[in-house]
Order: sequence, then structure tokens, then C-alpha cells
Amino acid sequence: MSACILVFVSTVLGCHYVVRLLPLWLAGHRDRSRPAMFSKGTKRKFSDGEDEMPDDGLAGAKVASSAYSLQRQSLLDMSLIKLQLCHMLVEPNLCRSVLIANTVRQIQEEMTHDGSWQVVSDSLGVEGSPSERLVATEVLCRSPSPSSTLSEQELERDTEPRLYSLVSYDDSSCREEEVVAEVIEDDNEALCSEAASNVCLSGTMSHCWEPGELRVQQNNDDICEDSRLGSGDEDVDVEEEDEDEEEEQEMSQKESKTMGQVFGTFEIKNGSSGSESALEELFSDVDASYYDLDTMLTGMQSTPKIGPYDLLDNLGPSHGPTSIGSTANCRSDLNELDHIMEIIVGS
Amino acid sequence: MLLALFSIKCKFTCFNGTLYHKPHNTAHLFYIHLPTDIISTVEFNHSGELLATGDKGGRVVIFQQETENKCQPLSRSEYNVYSTFQSHEPEFDYLKSLEIEEKINKIRWLPQKNAAQFLLSTNDKTIKLWKISERDKRPEGYNLKEEDGRYRDSTTITTLRVPVFRPMDLMVEASPRRIFANAHTYHINSISVNSDNETYLSADDLRINLWHLEITDRSFNIVDIKPANMEDLTEVITAAEFHPHQCNTFVYSSSKGTIRLCDMRASALCDRHSKLFEEPEDPSNRSFFSEIISSISDVKFSHSGRYMMTRDYLSVKIWDLNMENRPVETYQVHEYLRSKLCSLYENDCIFDKFECCWNGNDSVVMTGSYNNFFRMLDRSQRRDVTLEASRESSKPRQVLKPRRVCAGGKRKKDEISVDSLDFNKKILHTAWHPQENIIAVATTNNLYIFQEKVN
Repeated sequence: MSACILVFVSTVLGCHYVVRLLPLWLAGHRDRSRPAMFSKGTKRKFSDGEDEMPDDGLAGAKVASSAYSLQRQSLLDMSLIKLQLCHMLVEPNLCRSVLIANTVRQIQEEMTHDGSWQVVSDSLGVEGSPSERLVATEVLCRSPSPSSTLSEQELERDTEPRLYSLVSYDDSSCREEEVVAEVIEDDNEALCSEAASNVCLSGTMSHCWEPGELRVQQNNDDICEDSRLGSGDEDVDVEEEDEDEEEEQEMSQKESKTMGQVFGTFEIKNGSSGSESALEELFSDVDASYYDLDTMLTGMQSTPKIGPYDLLDNLGPSHGPTSIGSTANCRSDLNELDHIMEIIVGS
Repeated sequence: MLLALFSIKCKFTCFNGTLYHKPHNTAHLFYIHLPTDIISTVEFNHSGELLATGDKGGRVVIFQQETENKCQPLSRSEYNVYSTFQSHEPEFDYLKSLEIEEKINKIRWLPQKNAAQFLLSTNDKTIKLWKISERDKRPEGYNLKEEDGRYRDSTTITTLRVPVFRPMDLMVEASPRRIFANAHTYHINSISVNSDNETYLSADDLRINLWHLEITDRSFNIVDIKPANMEDLTEVITAAEFHPHQCNTFVYSSSKGTIRLCDMRASALCDRHSKLFEEPEDPSNRSFFSEIISSISDVKFSHSGRYMMTRDYLSVKIWDLNMENRPVETYQVHEYLRSKLCSLYENDCIFDKFECCWNGNDSVVMTGSYNNFFRMLDRSQRRDVTLEASRESSKPRQVLKPRRVCAGGKRKKDEISVDSLDFNKKILHTAWHPQENIIAVATTNNLYIFQEKVN
């Protein structure tokens, strides 16, 4: 039994910061087996000069206020992730999204009042953070446990592969889906995007995300491009952002964008979506195996939903775990598709 | 007070389509465990004779009560399958490229007016009115057709006879009579039949519509809380219900823990409430999860119409309609979860929508919890009990044993500790027979029916 530890490298408007989720409030669920990871991340987190954490990990932290802000930060991160991860095929639950969004707002307000709204800038792309990512990889790739008592990995539910895509859209444009993890070929820097809550994971983790990615790429081709292009103006490299106010503003902008995006999903598309949906349709026939994986990953255990993709019914192991073969297959297909999309959208 | 409950044989056979009724003494039945059979709603009809369940696969299964001895009150009852039909099919919204689930969110029975039974069933987007009728006679003795339906050779017909109705095995047919579609942009969470028996309301996350049962192409919007800018959205409608006697009054609850009572006589659009029920927050219990746990998952009027009950994540509150500033009674359902809210937030259990129900004379209320536990709260005697719905603890005729959860500290014998609770086993849907002490409790994919033990 281990505690839930998740480390993301989040990229928000060009700033990298390490986001840790440490449910300290789980009584008696401290992970003593991995003290190194705790302390490593801890030091980075508090490199700005906050209290030095003892080496035996945060679990031993005595300072109530820093524990509280850690908890609060964890809650914020968890909430942001929840807002992003939603079912692919079915509309997400509006009530749940609203409640999570309100929680995020609440935390943000409190953090701005405290003046503790800081972004730990980081040269993660340069420094050795691969171990962090590897840890996260391991956690994310862990298969969900069969039971789900409180003593088990709560976050495993969140790491179920079905949840890895952001469904968001603007009233003024067509439906967007932003890839949560984008394949990075050469360097390990995550790509920036306009969406505040876009969590981009590095390439080393991409293989865990691919199944979710595939479907997303399918439907989302040109918008991925947009998000990349849109953020091309931003400085992709790490920036130092020390101003609370700036962050505040950005955060509220981001959040309002997030809210808009999350709730925007529930609006009906307007006419400008014509060409994009045609594009979607075009590529919906490209490779039915993507939908196969999607069926599996959305956790449907029995007959797949009847829909336009009736191919689902006839496809292979739609209920089994991802095999390594199909993963590798999908990875190359994904790159290819990516490439194709770039060309098409470019023209 | 129901302290002694035992399980009624409640296994059932499911067929798709029309169910042929077997006489009960030949019944040989078994449990079905298909994932699509996750029960999503349970509802007794107005007499209690019929019990309808809806599941995630869009099917409705109706059970009928059979009493051992109709003359003797409180004699043992049995609920056997009466009818099964596919109410909703999965659909695809081409505009949004999203699937519309066929899961039945709510079933509401109409009061019986003739031999047939009517119920409304709804998924996220479409409401359907179903007629369930029995046929126990069939015509026999056609001149041109054989008994099996084949046409007779006309040369062999030498006499003329009048067909007669002869009894046959009971056949229960369900047919859709009305389909009320395309009125909701968001997911329908409630339907409620008005006491005038002509209209009903349907509520989604942001709007409430009023329908006439006969008219399917029009509905009136009576509540709209959608903000001009969706980014400003902070509150959604979670449940709505008509008053049991006053056909102009309805209530709707919100995700912020408020209940609004509206009077349709005041204006066409009931955005302005007549009464607002809200309990001020307890500052000592404030946390980041305060709002989430205050979100009301169910609201139910009492049979008398004087009170209403609301269910939020940790408690059940009884409100007097004449007092808006606080509930008259508050019952803790599973207070031991308050310290675990963050974990429950992580695994999304904090968003579970538990329902609640009144008993026939409004003296006891019931609601579900985790680990297949359900709670019965006696208002008059100020007592409560936790019971478990599971096959192990529910042998037929065996009285249910009260369960206890140990919040912390030393665990006594027979107690179960909070950390051992199974949060996948949740009882969200319960129903109480309107007249007798018979309850229906739905676990994930099993239905349990319990009856008060008669000494």
C-alpha cells in the first residue's frame, strides 16, 4: 500500500513548475519506501527559500502552515487535472465540473489573499528531472487496482487510461480537444498551449497517454495545430515569473478560459465548425483501431455503445489491456497522422 | 420503527421484450450480472403493487407484488418480474459529436386511471411515456385463419362461426405512447408529475421545462439559470419536484445547497423564487470541500406536503415549508467520512448523488451510503439504524442485523472500520412502498426488497 504521489511537469504559458500531489491528510498513509523522491521534489518546490524540509520527507513536516499550503496546492492541482480529464464519448457531468471549478476559484482566491501565489520557475528542460518524470510515468502507468477502498491508490482512478483528454471548446470556434500529452520527438520540453489547464507531459511519458491521444488526434488535428501556433508567440523556454499579480491575472485569465472551455463544451457548435467536422469525418475512417482502443479505454466493459462507429463491435480485443504491440503500432501511426495533419492544416 | 427486516425472494429473470408471466409456483429464477444492468433508478407506483427499476442499459424492469394472503395484513409479499422492456437506446448527437447515454435517470409513475399503467422514463435528453397493459384473453375461432395464424385453404371452409375470447396466459405489453424530445440542452436529472395529472416538469442542469402529457412538440421553460456567459456559471440545478397537492408549487435544489420554492401563478418564468431555503454555513466546519458536500443530490416532499427532505453528501435535512432559514431536523448519514473528504474527492466519490425517500406516513426516512449500507432514520423516535444489503447478510427470512461503523480508535467486535469500507459498493437508489413497510434497495446491479418482519 503506498500513498498517492504524482508529479507532473505542468507548462503554463511558458512557465514550468513542478506540481506535486501529496495527500498528506491521508492518515497513516505515508510512503516510507521512497524517501528520495519526496526530498528531491521537495527541495525543488521550495527552492525559493521557504522552509527547508527535513530529509525524511514531507510526511515529517512539522510546520503547519507549509503543510497547509502544500495540501492546498495539491488540491488545486488535483482539481485542475479533474477539470481536464473527462470522458471522450459522453458529455462530462456539468454539476461535477462546476463544483470542481468553484473549488479551484476558492483556492485561488485564498492563495492570492495569502500572497502565496508563486510559480516556481524551473529550468526543467535542462536540469535533471527525468527521474521525476519517470516516477510519474510509473504511477500513471500503474494499472488500476480491482478494489477501491480508501486505503488503496485513490488516484489510480484518475490514472485509468480512459481519462486522458481534454474536451474543451470555444463558442466561436469549433470543438477543440487538446491533447493532454503531446509526443515530443527530440527534446524533452513540453509544448506550450494557450489553455491554462493544459497539462503537457514529456515524451518519456507519452507512451502511457497514447491510447487517449490517438482518439484525440483523430478528432482534433487542426486545433492541436492552433494551440501550437497560438503559443508559438510565447516564449517556450522557461521564464522567471515572480510577480504575484501577474500570475494572479494570468491565472484568472487561464481559469476563466478553463471554465469557458469546460462549460463551453455544453454549447451547441455554430456554423463555423462545418469544415472542421468535415475534416473529422474524413479522418474518422482512417483507422478504426483507434476507436477500438478508445472503447477499451473509456472503460466500457460490455457491448460497446452503438454509434456511428459500429466497427467497434467487430474489432479485436476491445476489452483487454493495452498490449505492447498495439502501443508501438499506435505510436508510429500517431506520428504519421500528426505529420499528415500538419500538412493538411498548413495548406 | 423497522428494526426487523427480512429479505423477500427477489431474484428475477430478464428477457428482452415482452415477458411471459409464469405462475409463481413454477418460478425458477436467477441473478443477472451484466454491466449494463447497473440499476440507476427505483420507483414504486402509487399503490405499491408495482416496482419499476431502470438501468444503465436503458431497460426498465417492472416487478409486481404478490401477497401470500391478501386478506391478512402484513403477510409475506413477493415481487416477481412483471414486465421488461427497452425504454431508451443509445443515441449520437451529431452536432456535438457526443454520445447520449441510454441510462435511465428517473422513472415516475402516473396515477392509475384505467386498467393500464403509465410511467414516464427519462434518459439524459428524452422523456418517454410508456403504457403497460395486460392481455389475458385472445380471440379464437377465426374463419379464415388457423390457430397458429396460417391462412386456411378457402376450399376447406364450409361453416361460419363467430370468434370468441378465451383466456390465455397473461401477457404484459409495454408500448411507448409519447416521446418528449429535443427540449433539453443539458442532462435531465429529474422529472416530476404534477398533482393535476395533466402536466409534468423535467429539469436539467440549468433549466426546468413544463410539459403537458398529451403534447410532445412543445414545452414551456419555467426556470432558466443559465448565465449569459457560461464562464460565470457557478451553480446548477440538481433536483426538482412538484408539490404533492398544490399543482402550482414546485421546488428545485442547487449545487450550492439551496432550495427554491416557486409558484407558477406568480409569473410565467419562475426565475424568482417565492421561498429560498438555505441553512447558514457552520464556520467551524468550513473547508475547501464545504460547497461540494453541501450540494443537494435529492429533494423529496413528504406525503403530507408539509415538509420536504434534502440529501447532501453527509446528511439528510428535513425542512418545514413554512421556515426558510434552517431545517427542522438534520440527520448525519455517515459523519465518519468528514475526515476523508479529500480522498473521496480524489476518487470522485464526493460527487455521488444519493437519493432519499419517505415512508408512507412520513415518520421514517431512508437513504443509502457506501459498502452497501443504507440508513433508516426514525423521526418520531429519534432513532436510526444502519443496515446492509448484501447476499451474505440477506438470507431469505433472516432478519437484518444492524451494522456499525467505527470512526476511529478501538474497533469493537462486529464493527467495521472506515478504512475498510468499499466505496465501489454504493447504494444510491432506494424506494419505500407507499403504504406498507416494504423497501427496495438497489446496490450496483442487484435489487433487494425487504419487508418488515411480522411476529
